[in-house]
Amino acid sequence: MAILDSKIPSGPIEKKWEKHKFESKLINPANRRKYTVIVVGSGLAGGAAAATLGEQGYNVKCFCYQDSPRRAHSIAAQGGINAAKNYPNDGDSVYRLFYDTVKGGDFRAREANVYRLAEVSSAIIDQCTALGVPFAREYGGLLANRSFGGAQVSRTFYARGQTGQQLLLGAYSALSRQIAAGTVKMFPRSEMLDLVVVDGHAKGIIVRNMITGKIEAHAADTVVLATGGYGNVFYLSTNAKGCNVTAAWRAHKKGAFFANPCYTQIHPTCIPVHGDFQSKLTLMSESLRNDGRVWVPKKKEDCGKHPSEIPEADRDYYLERKYPSFGNLAPRDISSRAAKEACDDGRGVGSTRQSVYLDFADAISRLGENTIRERYGNLFDMYHKITAEDAYKVPMRIFPAVHYTMGGLWVDYNLMSNLPGLHVAGEANFSDHGANRLGASALMQGLSDGYFVLPSTISNYLATQPREASQKVTVDHPEFKKAVAEVEARTNLLLSIKGKRSVDSFHRELGLLLWENCGMARSEESLKKALAQIPVIRDEFWKNVNVLGSANDLNQSLEMAGRVADFLEFAELMCLDALQREESCGGHFRVEHQFPDGEAKRDDEKFAHVAAWEHNTEDVSKSVRHVEPLNYENVHLAVRSYK
Amino acid sequence: MSDTINLTLKVWRQPNASTPGKFVEYPAKNIPTDCSFLEMLDIVNETLVAQNIEPVAFDHDCREGICGMCSLVINGVAHGPEKATTTCQLHMRHFKDGDTVYVEPWRAVAFPLIKDLVVDRTAFERIQQAGGYISARNGSAPDSNSVPIPKQNADCAMDAAACIGCGACVAACPNSSAMLFVSAKVSHLALLPQGQPERTRRAVKMVKTMDAEGFGNCTNYYECEAVCPAEIKSSFISMLNREYVFAAAREAVSEI
Ligand SMILES: Cc1cc2nc3c(=O)[nH]c(=O)nc-3n(C[C@H](O)[C@H](O)[C@H](O)COP(=O)(O)OP(=O)(O)OC[C@H]3O[C@@H](n4cnc5c(N)ncnc54)[C@H](O)[C@@H]3O)c2cc1C
Ligand code: SF4
Ligand code: FES
Repeated sequence: MAILDSKIPSGPIEKKWEKHKFESKLINPANRRKYTVIVVGSGLAGGAAAATLGEQGYNVKCFCYQDSPRRAHSIAAQGGINAAKNYPNDGDSVYRLFYDTVKGGDFRAREANVYRLAEVSSAIIDQCTALGVPFAREYGGLLANRSFGGAQVSRTFYARGQTGQQLLLGAYSALSRQIAAGTVKMFPRSEMLDLVVVDGHAKGIIVRNMITGKIEAHAADTVVLATGGYGNVFYLSTNAKGCNVTAAWRAHKKGAFFANPCYTQIHPTCIPVHGDFQSKLTLMSESLRNDGRVWVPKKKEDCGKHPSEIPEADRDYYLERKYPSFGNLAPRDISSRAAKEACDDGRGVGSTRQSVYLDFADAISRLGENTIRERYGNLFDMYHKITAEDAYKVPMRIFPAVHYTMGGLWVDYNLMSNLPGLHVAGEANFSDHGANRLGASALMQGLSDGYFVLPSTISNYLATQPREASQKVTVDHPEFKKAVAEVEARTNLLLSIKGKRSVDSFHRELGLLLWENCGMARSEESLKKALAQIPVIRDEFWKNVNVLGSANDLNQSLEMAGRVADFLEFAELMCLDALQREESCGGHFRVEHQFPDGEAKRDDEKFAHVAAWEHNTEDVSKSVRHVEPLNYENVHLAVRSYK
Repeated sequence: MSDTINLTLKVWRQPNASTPGKFVEYPAKNIPTDCSFLEMLDIVNETLVAQNIEPVAFDHDCREGICGMCSLVINGVAHGPEKATTTCQLHMRHFKDGDTVYVEPWRAVAFPLIKDLVVDRTAFERIQQAGGYISARNGSAPDSNSVPIPKQNADCAMDAAACIGCGACVAACPNSSAMLFVSAKVSHLALLPQGQPERTRRAVKMVKTMDAEGFGNCTNYYECEAVCPAEIKSSFISMLNREYVFAAAREAVSEI
């Protein structure tokens, strides 16, 4: 199928990336400044890409919706970043990291991409250290490691409980250096609202200046989207409030295929929902599962009791029971589903009965409270701030929450979408995690894409584009004018409805519908129900939403309205994809497809492929499903077992 | 379900920098004590929308206390009454039924107001761009373990690196000084071996930019330390002072 050419280089897997880099076209350093690259997003993927491309000499324009690139949601990652350094000498290798990631993704990721990710992982740690990232160290002065879900080796590097902030500050400092050098121009508080395609190539974007409201056009030789994930389609998630699908969805509507939108990750260790007013969910780093033991009462009658009143014999440490070799470190999808099963079984705890215990008593008696405080002090503090409970004394209560989206815009080995000139990096693309992402692998992927992959592959495209200014597309091109007019019209439309319901009320309604019908467990019936309901909510939105204020200044309701409008379209594609994937794999669990013991049942014969959706301009439900077959030449397809 | 309280809010409203602002009173009714301060504002904003009143604009994003976007002065205190807590992590259980709560933006010359409770903190960006980095070209990094760093130094650098760039220190300071922020940035890199080559240059340039941006002088009030959600210690300010004196002296003899 020519339409989805993944451009995977030939040759043995461990030689592909080297060979590809050698065969990639180069651009003479003196000519690079003649090329403009737009990077939308300043998280690990976008920030690292913009800084590196700037350093290489390209003329970069970088955009983010926050007031500073340092605030991209990568900042919130707590636990750590993987790399196959094998510093602890516990048997790790590039191949093992590659294997674990393919297996963790339930055999739904592209081998060649994953191998490359594992291959560059070590260089990421070195680059971050060189930039001043204060990774945790041992007394001997060497870097410390810890283990994370889905792995039996210690390959996770961390910086207290704020690895994401420290890695992002590293990328941000490199970006700041390039801004000072004049190679990168930064546009904060700018929201991308459309992609501009000229003669079939992505040539620019339309943004709204969030302070003045002005709709601005920017032209470039290529566009990189590094706009993060779409978890906020569920309303409640661990994402920041501003995280959105808008940039990716707008690109999709202009021709970029959306791959595997149904692959969403529900993280097992989050603080449970406690009220209708709740605006977001907070993650407790998965690293807690290194020392915390997950349990629920064996007997339903015990659920209302204080945990200290439930004797050891009456506790069900269900992860240890079901998955003896991985125990509390079983991968996320498996742990989340097990928590849901326990609660569905009526054995959940807390006032809502929608949570399970994560208990540190054993670790505290074994290692002492101080060691636990040193390892997780900030997480315990955060837990205390939110719940007013002291987890050193009573077990934490946790429940799964929407956390990460493996699906995203389809890209080839160069990280270019099917739409020429559009590159996609970080969580916004679909590339490396298959149907489930292992902990500490998103930071790795974002930085791999940004620091190493894109800076090597983007020249392949740029070399095919005109170098001289006179031949380049500018914002005077009619396509730009048209796109600006469309964005302005849409903005004015949102402001003119003046209905009765707030933007937030629609977002909550959609989120709940998806959580119940396209969340941890999905069925044909639930998905059909959601597919029937989404267009109804969408129609009402466009008739009855109330967006106050003006188009010409800071207007947060207007910003949210635009994002919710896009979520309302995207949600339909997500459910459609979930409905058509008649198997269970990773984060996508179809109740019709399970083994008698409740484990997910893949169907490799029919579904060992990527589903990449082509937009239908008339009707989302008529989107066309394309297929990229996944060929496993190195890893043997097997039932994923963590028992 | 948690308990609920009723409050009276006095919220600063100002359409833009060139129009004068004022406090406007809004009731905040039936606020669950388990919700955060920003969720309380969400509830109030929903009631405003229902009355066709434009909702109050305030900055926020992660709502986890790490992105540094939220920025409110609550009853005269930047980020409110709880120690080491950002506005988004402040929970309503710390307020009493019947309280009157004043909500204001960061106020500082170097942080011009944009709208209501939202201010422009890009002065911090320019300080960072002046030297808050290590010039490590991508792809040229040595193995991370080739230079061991004593745990103590790494931990101390980490303490400084924890700054979330929120600007509360500036908002709290009677002089609107940015010394705590700048000292955290300078110290983080000065404490690491990788940061040594540009150490003097960095300190001088960042301090000069800070002055040029209109932040005030530090006269040791230490209000900054009291409000800092990341618990950045004022001892970093002393460290910066030493760095700066040393650096400025070297600059005077034009070594850098
Ligand atoms: C709470 C939490 C904890 C996590 N912990 C870990 C961990 O321990 N280890 C790990 O590996 N992964 C972790 N992850 C996942 C990981 O942090 C993310 O997947 C990753 O950081 C995403 O990086 P990114 O660069 O792709 O996107 P982001 O960091 O989300 O950046 C997106 C950027 O795009 C910009 N943007 C978005 N939309 C627009 C628009 N329309 N217009 C203009 N700009 C836009 C934003 O301003 C931002 O700059 C965690 C995630 C969360 C939510
Ligand atoms: S020093 Fe503290 S108060 Fe100042 S910007 Fe940093 S985190 Fe905020
Ligand atoms: S919203 Fe991110 S720190 Fe408060």
